[in-house]
Amino acid sequence: MEIENYQMKESLFEYCLRLGDTSLILGHRLSEWCGHGPILEEDIAMANLSLDLIGQSRMILSYAGETEGKGRTDDDLAYHRDAMQYRNVLLAEQPNGDFALTMTRQFFISVYNFYLYEALKKSKDKNIAAFAEKSLKEVIYHVRHSSDWMLRLGDGTEESHARAQNAVDDLWIFTDDLFQMDHVDELLIKEGIAADLNIIKAKWKAHVEEVLKKAALSFPQINNFMRTGSREGKHTEHLGYILAEMQFLPRAYPDAKW
Amino acid sequence: MKTSTISREVIWNLLRQVKDPEVPVLDIAELGVLRDVTFNEDRILITITPTYSGCPAMNAIEQEIKSTLKENGIENFSIKTIFSPAWTTDWMTDDAKQKLKDYGISPPSQTAEQRIQSLLEGKSKTVQCPFCNSTETKITSAFGSTACKALHYCNNCHQPFEEFKCH
Repeated sequence: MEIENYQMKESLFEYCLRLGDTSLILGHRLSEWCGHGPILEEDIAMANLSLDLIGQSRMILSYAGETEGKGRTDDDLAYHRDAMQYRNVLLAEQPNGDFALTMTRQFFISVYNFYLYEALKKSKDKNIAAFAEKSLKEVIYHVRHSSDWMLRLGDGTEESHARAQNAVDDLWIFTDDLFQMDHVDELLIKEGIAADLNIIKAKWKAHVEEVLKKAALSFPQINNFMRTGSREGKHTEHLGYILAEMQFLPRAYPDAKW
Repeated sequence: MKTSTISREVIWNLLRQVKDPEVPVLDIAELGVLRDVTFNEDRILITITPTYSGCPAMNAIEQEIKSTLKENGIENFSIKTIFSPAWTTDWMTDDAKQKLKDYGISPPSQTAEQRIQSLLEGKSKTVQCPFCNSTETKITSAFGSTACKALHYCNNCHQPFEEFKCH
């Protein structure tokens, strides 16, 4: 019984990190656009998305800390873990590239979050359910915003179309990583806490395919060379650079307060 | 002041002095951020919920609650943040909506559920200009100066204006 409890606690902690880290890293990436957006409205929009995501990550990372029971706060988890301990999906950490790439990354992850949170709203863990319920309302705006951009870019000028298609093709290899499941998912699905990512994958594919079609973009047929590994902390080289910037201050000045 | 002699109503009314720092015409009760005031023996428990997950005003609001209570000699309290039920503009009263309009912000005009449906279906909705009441308006951006607002433009009076999003 005690071993089971231990496994349960570990899995729940791990699961919360996956949710929280994806939001945190994507939020941080978007914040890099602040002051550099192509137009003022988009600069503000990306900062807004970033704020939503970082807020969502605080909610679930605080709960991760509680579950772990070692007294770690959301800040401890955000600033005092190294890349190998991070559990965000690989897609979230990919560099911003041009605006089309940022929006495509946003579109892929927003649609994923939408179906994931819709399922997690019914989670038997009431903290995860509350997190999902709250985040879902914000994510609906993110889906709408990024979908609108996919349409405008894909079905826009020759150049915007080419850039959007490049972004879809370049990011495609990271999309399988979104749906990887292991013993953590298995245990938590059995308990009614986690969502079955196979179901999310089918919904995600159908949704993405429909929007890409409307946007006159082709849906990549490649299924080779798909990169996975985020569940075990095997990241692309980019995460280390994000953490170096994000974590510098709290590590250099441990008691710093705003 | 001894907590045992104070009623829930007194605390609630005191906390209505706390305004949203970004929309100062609304207090935290009208906004729906203040969820409950309860007593645990001598201790007062204030329950609040954030509007948006990342709303930067939440810290300021919490500080303001603390200082308002302390100024009134109340020290024995704690503040708890909850996320469920998720905050919604459906909690906003007609009176609060009128205050927003008078302040120059177009108030939420749909229920959260209706808004979600129209977002999902890709439909846009008509937002009334708070200045000239025209519905000949267009959206400039769904994201405004704060998380809770969107930017619009009125084609009738040619004024840009903000809308408090239905959420």
